[in-house]
Amino acid sequence: MKRFALFALLASSPAFADSNLPPAPLANTQLRDPVQEAKAQALMVTIRCLVCQGQSIADSDAEMAGDMRALVRQRIEAGERPAQIRDWLIARYGDYVTYDPPFSLLTAPLWIAPLVLIAFGVWLARASFRRRGS
Amino acid sequence: MAAGRYFHCGAAMIAELGLAALWLAAALAAMQLALAALGVRRVTRAPEAENSLTADILGAVRPVAIVQGAVAALAMAALIAVFLRSDMSVLLVAENSHSEKPLLYKFAGAWGNHEGSMLLWVTILGLAGGAVAVFERTLPRVTLIATLGAQAAIALGFYAFLLFASNPFARIDPAPADGQGLNPLLQDPGLAFHPPTLYVGYVGISVAFSFAVGALVARDVGPAFARAMRPWVLGAWIFLTLGITAGSYWAYYELGWGGWWFWDPVENASLMPWLAATALLHSVTVLATRDGLRAWTVMLAVVAFSMSMIGTFLVRSGILTSVHAFAVDPSRGTFILALLVLYIGGALALFAVRIGTVRAGNTFDPVSREGALVANNLLLSVILGVVLIGTLYPIVAAGFGVQLSVGPPFFDKAAGPVALLLVVVMAAGPLLRWRRDGVRAVAMRMAAPGAAFAVALLAVLAFGGGVALLQLLGLALAAGLAVASVAPLWRRNLLRTPLFTWGMVIAHLGIAVSLAGIASESAFTRQTLVAARIGEPQRVGPYTVTLDGIAPTIGPNWSALEAHLSARRGGATIRLRPQSRFFTNPVTVTSESAIATRWDGQLYTVLGQADGQGRVQLRLWWKPFVTLIWLGGALVALGGALSLAGRLQRERRTRRRSAEEAWA
Amino acid sequence: MKGGARLWLPLALFVAVAAIIAVALYRPADRTVYSAMVGKRLPTFATSPLLPGKPGVVSTAFADGKPKLLNIFASWCVPCAAEAPQLMALKTAGVPVVGVAIRDTPGAMRDFLARGGDPYVAIGDDKASAVQLAIGSSGVPESFLIDGDGTILLQHVGDIRADDVPDILAKLAAAK
Repeated sequence: MKRFALFALLASSPAFADSNLPPAPLANTQLRDPVQEAKAQALMVTIRCLVCQGQSIADSDAEMAGDMRALVRQRIEAGERPAQIRDWLIARYGDYVTYDPPFSLLTAPLWIAPLVLIAFGVWLARASFRRRGS
Repeated sequence: MAAGRYFHCGAAMIAELGLAALWLAAALAAMQLALAALGVRRVTRAPEAENSLTADILGAVRPVAIVQGAVAALAMAALIAVFLRSDMSVLLVAENSHSEKPLLYKFAGAWGNHEGSMLLWVTILGLAGGAVAVFERTLPRVTLIATLGAQAAIALGFYAFLLFASNPFARIDPAPADGQGLNPLLQDPGLAFHPPTLYVGYVGISVAFSFAVGALVARDVGPAFARAMRPWVLGAWIFLTLGITAGSYWAYYELGWGGWWFWDPVENASLMPWLAATALLHSVTVLATRDGLRAWTVMLAVVAFSMSMIGTFLVRSGILTSVHAFAVDPSRGTFILALLVLYIGGALALFAVRIGTVRAGNTFDPVSREGALVANNLLLSVILGVVLIGTLYPIVAAGFGVQLSVGPPFFDKAAGPVALLLVVVMAAGPLLRWRRDGVRAVAMRMAAPGAAFAVALLAVLAFGGGVALLQLLGLALAAGLAVASVAPLWRRNLLRTPLFTWGMVIAHLGIAVSLAGIASESAFTRQTLVAARIGEPQRVGPYTVTLDGIAPTIGPNWSALEAHLSARRGGATIRLRPQSRFFTNPVTVTSESAIATRWDGQLYTVLGQADGQGRVQLRLWWKPFVTLIWLGGALVALGGALSLAGRLQRERRTRRRSAEEAWA
Repeated sequence: MKGGARLWLPLALFVAVAAIIAVALYRPADRTVYSAMVGKRLPTFATSPLLPGKPGVVSTAFADGKPKLLNIFASWCVPCAAEAPQLMALKTAGVPVVGVAIRDTPGAMRDFLARGGDPYVAIGDDKASAVQLAIGSSGVPESFLIDGDGTILLQHVGDIRADDVPDILAKLAAAK
């Protein structure tokens, strides 16, 4: 009886606007196949939690994050590729939902930045070097 | 209006005293700036015609700087005092503290909010200026006074911000019976000291900025300036390193998901000054010993503190979404932005105008230690640029009406390879000769590190089992760097080796250790998420973990449910007790992870929710060699401390010797 | 020392960064996450009934030629209770209000409907937020205007206020 009461206490967190229902089956349980679970995990850390202040769905206690984890695991188990699931989510929520910005005209400056900066830096640094044979 | 105040007779005075001290400190900063500006002007306009008035003006700046620092510290002490006394008539205490809070967290609560942390900022700014005034003996007089003037100018802006837009001593009337409490997530000894440590770093680097501005004003950019600036840069950098390392470890064990770095905008805001300060640290040595890289050094000094200020701004402006961000209104953001434009814009304009008139430093061959240090500066700046662009990009995109997120996948892919390249430069750099070196000779010296790299690479490929490229390179390069960093000690009399050489060795070794930890954690972590029943064994990595039971427990201001876990590997059993804590002020649930540390990794356990059917959620991780990440950070800081000690020792010896020669 | 225009580059870069920051400060970004499915066809879904006597919700029912209001809500959601009067007003005006209840239970739903009135022609049971994720909703309450073909016309995030009602009626009348 005491044990049940303790379990019950754990099950009910102080709810602000929470449903008090238990999380979806695959929200907090790993897939049985470790390769699939690894794929799911790799995808989940790149999907943004929509109701949090800057966390991935893998790192969040929010209910919706749990439901999104369940969705990802379910689909991976059904055989979908991570890229397909990500595209599905982007079709619903826009680029905001992924922490890995897809390469497009708008994000091109972002992705090319490291190369541009290195090239620029090398050009700047040339002034410090001694001219050979001067 | 008056009723609440008269109720607390003695305590009433402390907050007013603090506010008065703040005003006084601001006035002193204004005086310090005026005297410095006037004095420097008189000397540079007519150096031959210096009279006693000029000498008096110049002589007054140091004492004023010292007193300013002391008075600012007094204001901070007053704020801490009202927090310790839980004086609820002070608005800040009412909003951020509670009488039931343990003493340590009342103390730390003083800076766990926007106003208090800004006051801590200006206190350290004032104390740093005062310290320069007390300890700096080698710099020419005009440069030093210009430096103190620059420091005062910075302080003045932030004093104004505090006094007019963020008064920490504001009263609330009627005083509430008790406070709204402090976020229970922040009630942790590690976190209590993380902000002050970081702030000493962030704000300490302002000294470098002031030195740079002072040197530009006095047109004195040379080895003497670099030698004077170096200990201050080292000191601030050590604290920044410790602060970031400690913050990362705190996030790791407190947040309950096993992550140690999230590329969160506020984390990035603390990393950027560190990157600039690291580049500055190396650049200043080139200037001090070889009189090269003058423009780089001055620019990096300006950039480092600029990054500090930009970071402070970003965290408080409300334009970034982050778990760390303070909630502040836009008018305050505008104020700080105005200060940023004034200080950074001013310094960069001064740079553009004056650096051309500074005589060019020495040049050198690309394959040389200076060349490696230029590469070092370059790569660190690239990483800094990537982090800055990645952090600001969502804001730019939002301006075009597009919402996007930039997170770990971008930063890891964009900054990771550059960082690995930097590791190669770090390995080769100390093995290169100054001025000019031969490629073949360098290759010979790199043979041992190269071998270590190859061995590690093969070992991981053979025994690691499916490791991604970046992680593989990380592990192999860590091995190579570890060997390369101790190479300068090879065939030396270890007792005769200068302290600053030891410092370099240990700091670079620390990076190698940290890199090994990062790559290992990334590649070999094993995770088990399960709804466990009592008595059911679960496997995670080499451990078998069993839930033995759940029991209630109580703390100073929380109650909790505690899981009793026993973990077995081979023979020994470890007992772990992760908790789910319930706070009442404010109402929150936090999870306290239970971590067992072994020589080869950590077993990390977290208690989740029950599912109502007799099972409870457990999150278990086995993280091999994860502690190396922070151990490496500590080594880096230690290396810095040894370097600092070594430089100060060398300085004292040189001064004593020249004093002896003067007497002889 | 060489340099010339190069020396002014850092200042120029800083001015650019400051401009970005200033713009962001004065035009604070809307943190609401909007659905990207607006303008597209309603995705396929099927939910079982939450309460006996009230049908569940299937996506095919939306292509019957009549524009409808799809309301994503829950009994445990506080603003949902606040928008109940507006939904009743819409029902009175002849708008079919279809509800999808997120993570809800029959007992709690009965109490909720008893308190605020029942404007719904059907309530679907979505225990795993499947419908919510499928249409790009990220919280409760949210309402979607669906036209007769099953295309999503509009997303209204948050509870419907009294002054939103005329606008919604107008948009539904314009759609067909």
